Amino acid sequence: MEKNTGCPFSNLSSNLGITCFIAFVTVILVRVLYVIYRTGKPLNKRSPQQTLSTLIVLGSGGHTAEMINLLLVLQKDRFTPRFYIAAATDNMSLQKARVLENSWADSQSGVKRISAEFMQIYRSREVGQSYVTSVWTTLVATAHALWLMIKIRPQVVLCNGPGTCIPLCVIAFIFKVIGIRWSSIFYVESIARVKRLSLSGLLLYKLQIADQFFVQWPQLQRKYPRAHYVGCLM
Amino acid sequence: MGESKDGVKGKRVVFVTVGTTCFDALVKVVDSQEVKDELLRRGYTNLLIQMGRGSYLPTKSSGDDGSLAVDYFTFSSSIADHLRSASLVISHAGSGSIFETLQLGKPLIVVVNEDLMDNHQSELAEKLAERRHLYCARPPTLCQTIASMDLKSLVPYSPGDATPVAKLINRWFSIHHFSDWHAIATAKSAQLVRKYDQPFILSGDNKEWKSLLRPLMID
Repeated sequence: MEKNTGCPFSNLSSNLGITCFIAFVTVILVRVLYVIYRTGKPLNKRSPQQTLSTLIVLGSGGHTAEMINLLLVLQKDRFTPRFYIAAATDNMSLQKARVLENSWADSQSGVKRISAEFMQIYRSREVGQSYVTSVWTTLVATAHALWLMIKIRPQVVLCNGPGTCIPLCVIAFIFKVIGIRWSSIFYVESIARVKRLSLSGLLLYKLQIADQFFVQWPQLQRKYPRAHYVGCLM
Repeated sequence: MGESKDGVKGKRVVFVTVGTTCFDALVKVVDSQEVKDELLRRGYTNLLIQMGRGSYLPTKSSGDDGSLAVDYFTFSSSIADHLRSASLVISHAGSGSIFETLQLGKPLIVVVNEDLMDNHQSELAEKLAERRHLYCARPPTLCQTIASMDLKSLVPYSPGDATPVAKLINRWFSIHHFSDWHAIATAKSAQLVRKYDQPFILSGDNKEWKSLLRPLMID
């Protein structure tokens, strides 16, 4: 890295390059800090009537059952269009969601078509998979998540614990930083989590990625003060 | 408790389910002579096992000779019908299976899988057993649990309610100041503690509960 004293132009350009880089990193850091600060605070500007495109993350076992329970009481005409994502190896969740959406469409009497889309995503980690190999599969899942999120750009993200939600929520956070879309992320910890949070829950809580964090047992609210206890959903 | 055999052969089915998991330890212990004899003694006539991804195959039996009739299958798209026709359900500790059974009002023994690495499932089973909604056991203790269970003492489970969450999520988009939203959410939490958990705090003398929840009981 020897300085060419005979050519002031190259000095200038390398200094300029370094300055630009530092400026860029600083802007990103400031933006990230701003996003973390704004996460967890309501959006002031939205008018109450607006519809909100919603991403719903489904997971195997009880996760989908709990999510469907929540969707049954959610305002369907506000949280629309709805996008459902389930893991590629999960066969039953999307089917259950389809049945639910069909039952809603049937009762609509054809006036306004409720739109819903169903997608599959590569799984970050299979149940029982070692945490070491999970790193690679999580990266693949994240790339796939990025592709899906760019297509959807949801305003609301609803998730309740499966590992599939982590890449999606991280991408939503990055979108907030870059300014592509401000997604409000709502996380409802599973009813099966009584004393300890799941890994997904812990990550979203500690990294302050979720705008609001709900738990179904009071011990968890005591342990994680930024969470809100909402009683049992099931 | 025991079935009265006054000439009418009522079918009393015990349905065992492991959900989408592999839980050979449960299937094996349910298929053991000890447990089958105990079920027979308690008045059950049929044993139907949903064995999921397990590799242990139970022994089928027609039950014509007065023994317990045993049958099994791997998966079904919906076990609701099997749950409805069962007199007793023995399930793994998955929350989906547990709540589906409780919502149908069926007596339930939850068996916790000790081979699972991070066994958070036992927390839910123990919590619900503490509230007397079900019995909780491990494969080695299942036989004893069946022998000593008193199904009439189980407390029916009232279905949960997702409206508090839905309302809070909805409010999020109508509220302009964070302090307003926080006040609403906190008040709601306190109300739910009073409704669901205070009865248990006040009825028992569980000191840990009382100290844990006092800050939440805003009045």
